Amino acid sequence: MTDSTAAAPGGFAPRDWAQHPPYLSPEYKSTVLRSPRKPLIPMAQTPSVLTGPAFGQDAVDPLDADLTRNGRVNGEPLGERIIVTGRVLDEDGRPVPDTLLEIWQANAAGRYVHKWDRHEAPLDPNFFGAGRCVTDGQGRYRFTSIKPGAYPWGNHHNAWRPAHIHFSLFGPSFLTRLVTQMYFPGDPLLPLDPIYNGIPDGARELLISRFSIDVTEPVWALGYEFDIVLRGRKATPMEG
Amino acid sequence: MPRQTPSQTVGPYFAYALTPGLYGRRAIAGNRLALADAPGEPIRIEGRVLDGNGSPVIDSLVEIWQAGPDGRIAPGAAGFGRCGTDDTGTYRFETVKPGAPGDGQAPHVMMTVFARGMLSHAFTRLLFSDEEEANAGDPVLAAVPEERRATLIARRQETAAGPVYRFDIHLQGEAETVFFDA
Repeated sequence: MTDSTAAAPGGFAPRDWAQHPPYLSPEYKSTVLRSPRKPLIPMAQTPSVLTGPAFGQDAVDPLDADLTRNGRVNGEPLGERIIVTGRVLDEDGRPVPDTLLEIWQANAAGRYVHKWDRHEAPLDPNFFGAGRCVTDGQGRYRFTSIKPGAYPWGNHHNAWRPAHIHFSLFGPSFLTRLVTQMYFPGDPLLPLDPIYNGIPDGARELLISRFSIDVTEPVWALGYEFDIVLRGRKATPMEG
Repeated sequence: MPRQTPSQTVGPYFAYALTPGLYGRRAIAGNRLALADAPGEPIRIEGRVLDGNGSPVIDSLVEIWQAGPDGRIAPGAAGFGRCGTDDTGTYRFETVKPGAPGDGQAPHVMMTVFARGMLSHAFTRLLFSDEEEANAGDPVLAAVPEERRATLIARRQETAAGPVYRFDIHLQGEAETVFFDA
């Protein structure tokens, strides 16, 4: 048994499907052939799912959290410098300490480093676009980066993804795993985006970060706050 | 009370962040588990991720989490592996065969599948074809409709490089893999 098991003796609350997108969301065309269609089978929370991989502070380098520096070759990356910070919490409002966050994003021109990205926008030789950090004891994380650009994609005529940063989180167990995307306030592309719109009504706004003048650093970078909520603890114990 | 942050697709461009060894960067985890160096039977788990047409899903990400040969979960991330599918939709892991946890469950490997076109990830659970007796008593398998149980059994093959367990993941269709809500 690991500490994470001890932290949730009754197990974890279920995935809240009022918050998460369904597998089939036809406006996002790639879901049509990639969505499981048969009913999910309920599964008891055995030790192998109450636990999960733990990556401590020693798994990351401080430079990993600064995307304006970790891809630098011969100068500063181009674009609007941003700070993205927030807390990782569970549904009960408890901070999730010592958990790994991994992020990736397009550069300021809307181009990814990925070998398959054929968008005719420039790569930035000084921007790699990937970072990672581990939350502190209060569940807090902080990245420095460049505001990503919007980019076109082939889903439908004149389709553009709103500016976003991909986030990957583990939390204390196999079950608390989450991959999501953070968006920016006031983006006119959001209501047109089938990936964003795949999220149930009333939940999707949770992915929009908040501009914060308090996080903003004078003469340096604009600040955005984005809190992430993982599954909480189950109220009543369940047999393994 | 705060509500769960909604899931979004991993998209097509995760590789340089999540499997960055392909880009000459240090990866936090890969498809050779730290457990592979522990005592136990070295095995490979290999399969393809396939869509509803049976076409390979060449941009998906598979993660696994498993106990060691003693059936216990090792601390840290030793039992964790991560692999992106290649241009044939294939993933593979080098690991050791997990032991039975000792609580009635059969030896198993937990698995998470992410892909472009999957707005939420899917959980599945791999069992081993040469553990028939343990599988027969496995409570998780028993809760699966009988006609779908075979989708969770990895087939053992003996190869020159050692035992390989084949485990294809069908996201959809007649042979759709059983996915769990845990």
